[in-house]
Amino acid sequence: MNVTLTGLTEGMVYAAFALALVLIWRSTRIVNFAQGSMAAATAFIALSLIQNGQSYWVALIVALASGFVLGAVVERVVIRPVEGGPELNAVIVTLGLFVAIQALIAIIWGSSFESFPAPFGLEGFQVGDSRIAFTPNSVFVIGAVVVTMALLIALFRFTRVGLAMRASAFGQEVARLLGVKVGRMLTLGWALAAVVGSLAGLLIAGGEFVYPAYMDSLIVFGFVAAVLGGLDSPVGAIVGGLILGLALSYVSGYVERGSALVNVSALVILMVVLLVRPGGLFASSVARRA
Amino acid sequence: MGPLAQPPPHPGSQPHEHRTPTSRLELSGISVAFGGVTALSDVSLTVEPGQVHGLIGPNGAGKTTLFNVACGLVRPSAGTITWRGEQLRRLQPSKLTRLGIARTLQGVGLFPGLTVLENVMVGAHRHAKAGFFSALVALPASDADERRLRERAGAALAELGAEGYAGRYPGSLPYPVQKRVALARALVAEPDLLLLDEPASGLSEDEMHELGDLIRSVCTRMSVLLVEHHMDLVMRVCDRITVLDSGKQIAAGTPAEVQADPAVTEAYLGDDVDVEADAAALTGHPTRTDGGRTHG
Repeated sequence: MNVTLTGLTEGMVYAAFALALVLIWRSTRIVNFAQGSMAAATAFIALSLIQNGQSYWVALIVALASGFVLGAVVERVVIRPVEGGPELNAVIVTLGLFVAIQALIAIIWGSSFESFPAPFGLEGFQVGDSRIAFTPNSVFVIGAVVVTMALLIALFRFTRVGLAMRASAFGQEVARLLGVKVGRMLTLGWALAAVVGSLAGLLIAGGEFVYPAYMDSLIVFGFVAAVLGGLDSPVGAIVGGLILGLALSYVSGYVERGSALVNVSALVILMVVLLVRPGGLFASSVARRA
Repeated sequence: MGPLAQPPPHPGSQPHEHRTPTSRLELSGISVAFGGVTALSDVSLTVEPGQVHGLIGPNGAGKTTLFNVACGLVRPSAGTITWRGEQLRRLQPSKLTRLGIARTLQGVGLFPGLTVLENVMVGAHRHAKAGFFSALVALPASDADERRLRERAGAALAELGAEGYAGRYPGSLPYPVQKRVALARALVAEPDLLLLDEPASGLSEDEMHELGDLIRSVCTRMSVLLVEHHMDLVMRVCDRITVLDSGKQIAAGTPAEVQADPAVTEAYLGDDVDVEADAAALTGHPTRTDGGRTHG
């Protein structure tokens, strides 16, 4: 029970991060390895604000907004020039960015461990006479991710901009011929993805320590979750994140010395999925493969 | 061809629909070379307002290349494009719809992950009123806009008799239906000029006949440039026809004139089309490899 609740909470964060990766993959066919560093940068912006006496909520909003700007700037300045070239180029650029932003964080904020506050209590709820591993903060984490996803779905399903973004993702040339400003949609896609990534980064940091590389394991988990869901499917990313969160939580909770095996388990899951269902569990890419 | 197939106007006649005379597309002296190979040399054609202009020729004649010049996908190495009396220097594909030009693609080019209705809504994009950020931030504020877009797209589907497929995904529909959806997507932008790239390919006789009627009915609202293989369709719906062969213009005029032209008969009509196509391919004309083609 406790293990499941922990897994669910963590899985939500993985889901959010995986969703950020999927948003970018869908529209530009790039795996953004810099996603974690970008999110870490916004977390440090939030931390600076909090250390200077601002409330958590102000810091959260500023961090998400700076994530939006950072995502847009990265797409415009760094990714745009390599778009349309061999896909590997763009991926290598994001890897370079990953290292560069991390180094930049270390230069600006130092590389020591800093504790990052959580907005809500970290004491588990009392059920009967025992405390469960479900905290007020877990509720916040799950709620924040659910609300964000609902907003994204509304944006994509019910607005003209969302429609144009989906059209750009499915056929850039055709969308352009129909008068869609594809470039702007790609920038917006990166910006939104960076906001979601930033949210994941702040949620996972709550009540923990942050340091320049604190997002590294989340990149791996987010990527595994995204692949689990098929890389192409936002719903798949969410389900993949939850499955991964639960699986890792069970490994760490029920297997002897399991917490040491968490990272290895993630890789095992990734390999099994790639071997058994290379398209992911929710491959929506059938129509796109042609 | 039946007696009805004779198109009404004779050369130089006024088009039957009164439109602003500036809504005319003039391609003049167009040449295109791909890496030293000449795909088009000195071709000129004018699509008069409210007319259907056919562009025909054997495979490899340069039809698609000229078509791509007209919509900005291929940049000519010489020649001018004049639209509504203004010379277009650099025609950008994304600016096309704002200029009032819409095109369909060879194949269909529908977005696989969007429903039929959504596909058509993307085509109506330029008519949306709400600004970019109001649509992004204030969901309710753009509601009315969204509804208009939806209604518009629904009406376009209805005009093509495809409204029953609105909620389906293109991949699950038969090819002729997909083609109708693609046409609806072009029409919903209410262009002044419609560029149709082989709209009849893959259609049955009956469907082709319906398509012909449809083209005749939309040309009261817009002019049409039609690239097509099927001679009977071209002869039936076009007001004027330009014939290309090996990148050169070999004839132009009304369907009757073109059919009577010995050069055309020699290049095209008298012979089996496929044999011609093979011959053209052997001589290495590059239209099949031009970079501008977009597949669906």
